[in-house]
Amino acid sequence: MNRQKVIYSGAIILAVTLIAALLVALVLFAIGASPLATYKTILTGPLSDLFGVTEVLVRSVPLMLVALGIAISFRSGILNIGAEGQIQMGVIASTAMALAMPHAPKAILLPAALMAGALAGAVWGGIAGWLKAKLQVNEILSTVMLNYIAAQVYTFLLRGPMLDPNELETGSGTPQSMRLPEMAFLDTLVPGTRIHMGLILALVAALLVWMLLWKTTLGYRMRTAGAGAKAARYAGIPVERYLIVAMLMAGGFAGLAGAVEVSGVHHRAIEGISSGYGFAGIVVALFGALHPGGIVPSAVFFGILLIGADMTQRSASVPANMVLVLQGVIILSIVSAQSFLRNPYAQERFFRWFARLSPSARKAGKGTPS
Amino acid sequence: MTALEPISELKLEGITKRFPGVLACDDISLQVRRGEVLALVGENGAGKTTLMNIIMGLYRPDSGTISVNGEEVHFRAPGDAYARGIGMVHQHFMLVPNMTVAENLALGLKELHHFMNLDIKGAAKRIREVSERYELPVNPDAYIWQLSVGEQQRVELVKTLCLGARLLILDEPTSALTPQETDDLIERLQRMASELAIIFISHKLNEVKALSDRVSILRHGAVVFNGQTANHEPSELAALMTGHDVVLPRNEGSGLQGEPLLSVRNLCVRGDRGNLVLDGFNLELRAGEILGMAGVSGNGQREFADALAGLRPVESGQMLFGDTDLANRTPREIIHAGMGYVPEDRQTEGIVPSFSVKDNLILKDFAEPRFSKLAFLRRKAIDSNAEMLKERFDIRCPSTSTATGSLSGGNIQKVILAREISREPKALVAVYPTRGIDMGAQEFIHEQLLARRREGIGILLISEELEEVMNLSDRIAVIYKGKILKVLPAVEATRERLGILMAGLTDPDSPGDAPAAAQAGVAHE
Repeated sequence: MNRQKVIYSGAIILAVTLIAALLVALVLFAIGASPLATYKTILTGPLSDLFGVTEVLVRSVPLMLVALGIAISFRSGILNIGAEGQIQMGVIASTAMALAMPHAPKAILLPAALMAGALAGAVWGGIAGWLKAKLQVNEILSTVMLNYIAAQVYTFLLRGPMLDPNELETGSGTPQSMRLPEMAFLDTLVPGTRIHMGLILALVAALLVWMLLWKTTLGYRMRTAGAGAKAARYAGIPVERYLIVAMLMAGGFAGLAGAVEVSGVHHRAIEGISSGYGFAGIVVALFGALHPGGIVPSAVFFGILLIGADMTQRSASVPANMVLVLQGVIILSIVSAQSFLRNPYAQERFFRWFARLSPSARKAGKGTPS
Repeated sequence: MTALEPISELKLEGITKRFPGVLACDDISLQVRRGEVLALVGENGAGKTTLMNIIMGLYRPDSGTISVNGEEVHFRAPGDAYARGIGMVHQHFMLVPNMTVAENLALGLKELHHFMNLDIKGAAKRIREVSERYELPVNPDAYIWQLSVGEQQRVELVKTLCLGARLLILDEPTSALTPQETDDLIERLQRMASELAIIFISHKLNEVKALSDRVSILRHGAVVFNGQTANHEPSELAALMTGHDVVLPRNEGSGLQGEPLLSVRNLCVRGDRGNLVLDGFNLELRAGEILGMAGVSGNGQREFADALAGLRPVESGQMLFGDTDLANRTPREIIHAGMGYVPEDRQTEGIVPSFSVKDNLILKDFAEPRFSKLAFLRRKAIDSNAEMLKERFDIRCPSTSTATGSLSGGNIQKVILAREISREPKALVAVYPTRGIDMGAQEFIHEQLLARRREGIGILLISEELEEVMNLSDRIAVIYKGKILKVLPAVEATRERLGILMAGLTDPDSPGDAPAAAQAGVAHE
């Protein structure tokens, strides 16, 4: 029974991906590129050498962390669209922490910087959670607005108080912070590449999130609040409290992702550091079925897409932004597929249409009796 | 949308519909003629709704034919069915509350929609014609929200007739009506039947008996019985419907009543619109009794149950449970005090539909040491608890990992009851515990409630089903407009007397009342 359901959902996700790919192929065709060549570059290019593989993983680390947080919040019934702002707050806090203690030993400085990032993200997410719980402010609006505020604060700090003094001296004026002390770096895993300990951290985090959600009473409370708020209240679970907890955690993971990007990759706060991970993380989480076991491969898949898109820009002169189109189409496809799966009449109509196309497929007809 | 000719016969032949893993309709053949009422009965999941959806064109049968007046038809949508004079009144009314009756009709009548102009007068005229012809009094200018449930039911009938239907499918039309409204509706339908054809879907066999000419019984998607209603007793039909003899258990009334368990004094509670829905509400529940609360829904039952579960603030008054006042306590505190609660809304309040059966069985106790250790869930204990309760409460599910929302209403209710009873509460509040549930599950739930009563639990049974209240209760309290109008011992209660009280009329307790009541009690045995 359960197994059948997994296969069915898997098949739907596969179908969704294919439909999304077909739609994007139409767009590619329209801009004069060859869809086949483009897909080939995107999917095989990044994996053709060690450097490509490690770069894919570098991209997948922040995606994984953000998506884990998104999964926690979505499972708890609150839609966090604010990961982008939470990442930026995490970047600022961890950078500030690392720069404030330039001489501290690594065992203190690195954890302190990461914790600071997670904490700042948690506060930023927690604001939206608190507003929702206490004042019924729609979390989608509040998180999106908080994104704008975070972006402005981030720009202000990088161009003002936190600007690297060297930039002023040389006069180049690139908006970036000072370089972090080396004691705040995450170690590189493979010499000569950029892949860092953050990957291990993200995988451990995935395991912890899985345990949290499905093995602990806290996770049970959060999932109950998300899956049936009314039943949760009836059973004595204070739903509002767990909305806040969920947003603190979701923001924490996004903030941690920002801190990891600083400590592991850029070693300073730079503009555009999050490069859209906050939004891509939502797609990764949905594509991974809001489950850590799905999010890990899904993050790697989107890492491939991001690197592959860069390659197509160079080799096939297809703009890398096409990946954004693909992401958008995938979101639309997933959301439509979900409402399709919830509507037995729509399924009935679909399979009726399908059966008319090929009489042999009639046996495959799916649907639920009402 | 002009009906080709008045419908004189609808015939289904060999209708089969298969869903994955389920044969929803298995070679069903039925026939209804003008001037005839066909009752279609069967337990939940027997395939009644699927069959009706097939007639209305929402589903297409895998095989079999539907013919109207001897001519084969293929409906693709409800509009096609209406075009041939077939209309359905759904169990849940499809009316917009803040529109008038005429406006509601105009929604569905395309011919009244002109460019920049909606012919509301035309709609009102149609309504008057139809309501006169079929003796269904309806005011076209009334707003739906002003109407009682019984009047809304009439509006639905008039609407369906105005849309051109001459074969009516009525899906459990009496499920929300008072006994008086039910009798009234049945009488009107009897008169209408001479000009129409009616398919009457119901669980309630006494109504089937009163109204229908013929009866067809569905079980597991197949017709197991066809016959003239007049020749068969309700008990016989019940046995055919469930596949075994059904004897709804009764409270044998040992008269053993214990200490007062819960006393509610002068309770005032506001409803969703801010008005006082309970105003000076008094009630006492004793250990070891079933106190039935009869009343038409909407008289404060829901608000009382909510307040008692800690889900609705109490304006003033007390709810003494032992030594503690439960007023304005949190749900958690009330649960720990030993209250059990089977909520009205079993689909979304009593369970989390997407959760498995075993996870729903620990909804209130997941944090107890039985099921968790150091903030981690004890999966083995949860699994064995689920297996044990599945066995003990006869919960029919493929496995305890199945999503609870996919079970039938009766089995969902068993999950809730299993959870509430296995917590060993001191008192249990059950709100409409068998509404829309098939006979087999109903029998089981009644037995469970009676068994708990014998163990000394105080049970407050809130229900609209008079049969249920009268069968199970030791005492019956009638609620009307937020107050308990009267509490009477179950032995003194009759259908008529309760019906009068439920309508808000205090009975004079005249001695002349008694013999008539006793007689009626026998008649409704």
